[in-house]
Amino acid sequence: MKVLATDREGGQHEFSFKEGDTLMQVLTEEEDIGIRAECGGCCACATCHVYVAAAWLERLPPQSDDEVAMLDGAFEVAPQSRLSCQIIMSPALDGIEVTVAPDWD
Amino acid sequence: MTKQRIATDAVIIGAGPVGLFAVFELGLLGLKSQVVDILDKPGGQCAELYPEKPIYDIPALPVVSGGELVERLLQQCEPFDPQFHLGQMAEKLEKLDNGHWLLTTDLGMELEAPVIVVAAGGGSFVPKKPPIAGIEAYEGGAVHYAVRKMETFRDKHLVIAGGGDSALDWTLNLQPVAASITLVHRRPDFRAAPDSVDKMHALAEAGKIKFLIAQIAGLEGDGGRLTGVKLKSPEAGEWVVPCDTLLPFYGLTMKLGPIADFGLNLHENHIAVDTEKFETSVPQIFAIGDINSYPGKLKLILSGFHEAALMAQQAFHYVHPDKKLRFQYTTSSSELQQRLKVA
Repeated sequence: MKVLATDREGGQHEFSFKEGDTLMQVLTEEEDIGIRAECGGCCACATCHVYVAAAWLERLPPQSDDEVAMLDGAFEVAPQSRLSCQIIMSPALDGIEVTVAPDWD
Repeated sequence: MTKQRIATDAVIIGAGPVGLFAVFELGLLGLKSQVVDILDKPGGQCAELYPEKPIYDIPALPVVSGGELVERLLQQCEPFDPQFHLGQMAEKLEKLDNGHWLLTTDLGMELEAPVIVVAAGGGSFVPKKPPIAGIEAYEGGAVHYAVRKMETFRDKHLVIAGGGDSALDWTLNLQPVAASITLVHRRPDFRAAPDSVDKMHALAEAGKIKFLIAQIAGLEGDGGRLTGVKLKSPEAGEWVVPCDTLLPFYGLTMKLGPIADFGLNLHENHIAVDTEKFETSVPQIFAIGDINSYPGKLKLILSGFHEAALMAQQAFHYVHPDKKLRFQYTTSSSELQQRLKVA
């Protein structure tokens, strides 16, 4: 099962995942594509912000209040914005396409 | 600023869980500590990022919140009377002629000790800077990430951005001072004290401030003088709000900061240490917890606790080069129990 990720420079990356991984883990474990995941995945920092391709967005569970509130601390928040640490991977997400959102200084 | 110097046994940079446990381990060996932290409260990430979130892998605590863990660690190190220097960044480290180190904070506090313990986690918490093209040119003049003096903003036309307590508190506090305030937040709801949200809405309804649902798209000005902030929203597209000052409040992020210039060997933004004493490439300077790097390192609070215990053994030898350190248990040693103020 695969995730297709586009980094901030437009570079394409492919990651394999297991069911139950978080998308953030998948995007950070093998390669640094610019996701800092500063808080380690407890929905407390917004440094794992990604844009999920529209076709995949509806297959994701809805955002929790916590995730919506943490996105207040992110920039360039869009309707496709998600915190990747809050997305649990499943076979239904095989082939999901995401783009890394802008980070801050 | 008047300088104040304090001499002690160990200066700990970082009041997170590992820094606090270092106070305890050093204290058991009879060593006194001074602790510096950039936050205005002890606890580090546990206090700032996840005070209410549960932690499940602290030995003997099946579940504990970040906030409660900090409370317990403060209680545990209390017998050793640590002094905290909060709201200050560890800025400069220099070796003195007497072989001690002198740490100076950005508020001018000077702390002298034979031992320095860097327990700085992910680095200093500093305000997030929005990734807006050209924003650096305005920083310090038209763009401020914190309010030190309200007077700075008297008669200014402010855009305040963000959806948390800082954005709301400063909107309310600066409203009587500023010429105008436009609060910009990406959605109608706020994660902030409900009372502040109500007060903000009341001011907006009374026409004393403006509240706009939008995000910042850019800055208008000549690179020094700001003339407006460009906003955008899916409904309204892009437009410019005239202003002369922008206050972005998007929370904090972690940066290694001045520690990077302390002359310590770094490995991918972490401080390289040995695994016997957790000492850096520079003698008498230790690094423990998330900030350090060694083969097999796990960024767990419990690893930091272990590192603190081993660090303290070597620290003792630097503070008391002539004394032998006897290994003792708190369960049986009357000396340790006296230090713990339980005997």
